[in-house]
Amino acid sequence: MNAVATQASPATPTSSATDSLLEIRGLYKHFPLAEGFLEQLRFEKGRLVRRNDSVHAINGVDLAVRRGEALCVVGESGCGKSTVARLVMGLLSPSAGEIRYDGHRIDDLRGKRLLPYRQRMQMIFQNPYASLNPRMTIQQTLEEPLRFHHPEWTTPQIHDKVAEVMASVGIDPEWGKRFGHEFSGGQRQRIAIARALAVDPEFIVADEPISALDVSIQAQVLNLLMDAQAERHLTYLFITHDLAVVEHFGTRVAVMYLGTVCELADTRSLFARPRHPYTQALLSAIPRLEDNRPEHVRLSGEVPTPVHLPSGCVFHGRCPHVTERCRQEVPQLIATDDGNRVACHGVEEGRL
Amino acid sequence: MTTTTTTPSRWKRFRNSYLVYSFKRDWIAQCCLAIFLCLLLGAICAPWLAPMNPYDLTQISILDSELPPMWIDGADPLFPLGTDAQGRDLLSTILYGARVSLIIGFGAVILQAVIGVTVGLLAGYLGGRIDAFLMRLADIQLSFSTLMVAIIVGAVIKAIFGGATYSAYAVWLLVLIIGLAEWPQYARTVRASVLAERSKEYVDAARVMGYRDRRIMFRHILPNTLSPIFVISTVQIANAIISEAALSFLGLGMPETQPSLGSLIKSGFDYLQSGSWWITLIPGTVLVVLVLVVNLLGDWLRDVMNPRLYKG
Repeated sequence: MNAVATQASPATPTSSATDSLLEIRGLYKHFPLAEGFLEQLRFEKGRLVRRNDSVHAINGVDLAVRRGEALCVVGESGCGKSTVARLVMGLLSPSAGEIRYDGHRIDDLRGKRLLPYRQRMQMIFQNPYASLNPRMTIQQTLEEPLRFHHPEWTTPQIHDKVAEVMASVGIDPEWGKRFGHEFSGGQRQRIAIARALAVDPEFIVADEPISALDVSIQAQVLNLLMDAQAERHLTYLFITHDLAVVEHFGTRVAVMYLGTVCELADTRSLFARPRHPYTQALLSAIPRLEDNRPEHVRLSGEVPTPVHLPSGCVFHGRCPHVTERCRQEVPQLIATDDGNRVACHGVEEGRL
Repeated sequence: MTTTTTTPSRWKRFRNSYLVYSFKRDWIAQCCLAIFLCLLLGAICAPWLAPMNPYDLTQISILDSELPPMWIDGADPLFPLGTDAQGRDLLSTILYGARVSLIIGFGAVILQAVIGVTVGLLAGYLGGRIDAFLMRLADIQLSFSTLMVAIIVGAVIKAIFGGATYSAYAVWLLVLIIGLAEWPQYARTVRASVLAERSKEYVDAARVMGYRDRRIMFRHILPNTLSPIFVISTVQIANAIISEAALSFLGLGMPETQPSLGSLIKSGFDYLQSGSWWITLIPGTVLVVLVLVVNLLGDWLRDVMNPRLYKG
């Protein structure tokens, strides 16, 4: 329609270092399919060749998380949203690109030098049944991070802190002697949140924290996360595939498809006016009670394999508005007139 | 304060556990544990229980040699199970010998466990080249049979330091040899369970907390791999006792002067054809019973703790 390509260079994010807490620039992550030399050998057309295919999980992601916001990352399974979370937390190391926290590059730090950031950024995991050590009591689980990060604290101080953090997530501090398996999924997730909050972080990466929970518990845990955000001035990077959660929780939304960000927008404007064809298809798939809107956008085909990425725009094989340029040229994230960013040639050219 | 509150609950948890529950319902396990505890107690209390000290040459008289056990004519009531070719009381010698066998069995297994668990944890957790190197090392070690390694090492040490030094340290040398020969059993099992545990989210949570690798390996992953370790430990104790007996039987284990069950069997073997069958058969029976009960306990433990685990 009337999109203007005001800025076509994604390598320099618009937000300055002061208001963005976390910056991801040009992030790539490849997972080699065959680790060993012998596994890479293939017999093709009568010749022995060495092939080293890899899964292209993340292909040039640029994101900035602003201080105090909840940035939701959505996308279907396999689009690389969890990989982004794990890269940010240093559980994986990127193939290329850089991750900056508060202006300091953290993706190349290891061991002791990363330790100050470990306290400031924490993670909540998807599966509360696996994220608590089955051989440790809740008290031990919560005490260990405190004793590790604050060796100078006395035992009563640590006990007080554990009791405070347990109370803040709605777990009775008396239950500390129990083991993880004695709790329900929602309670375990609360304990996992308590563990993350115990070290007083300012930034929390939540990797689908409610998708393993019962629907009735999901809202409770979500509200707990929002309360914690208000009380402790937290910043969230929230990975989810649930668009209802995004609408409720997110300040901004990043939509991912096949390892790339295709749209980054304020929650309200994204839901009101999605620009990228993939986002439009995604949003039209939400079932609504007042469903008098136009037909669903029906996408044909399947998500391409991340082993052999399509040329040009990763979405071109399924996009209803595809042109020759989309097949050739990789679209960059460009700013639109309403301050959001979208990676689409159609929007840039003003035909969408 | 925490210890006083957790100790009774831990005991109570143990009493209410499935382990105890299935033990109460399995008479084979109960019998095996009873027999094993009797043998263990007899071995530990050998200096007080045994009628004489087989290591003390002044108590031995060659005139008492090859006396039959008490239920056969010509027996001396002083020697209830008869005597061996040197006039040692067989009951006392068996008690002392069981002690040596058990020390070697437990000692070798502790050594195997320490090496194997460390190697398995490192290989499984760190992965990559370290994993490949350590596991190939384990494969190489496994491709030598325990007996062959023990024979070579034992023979070399005997040749270098002489028989007297060897005799003085024979127990610890056997612990060392059997321990070094069998550690890959542990390393492989531990590595397999570490690989399974490492991908669980609590390990990621620990890494995100910034804990050092050593802490994650020993405090978080190791406690969750304990059940297979327990199970192979029982099997390995039986194996180590058998290995020691086999070595002693071949003359490369415990010296004649401080016999283990294996060297007792060997010392009686020469007299088997001449009618003095008890010198070999009685210690042999004790050895078989000891190994059998340990193996049966191990089988029971394996079934209780992890029905799917392949026997180590």
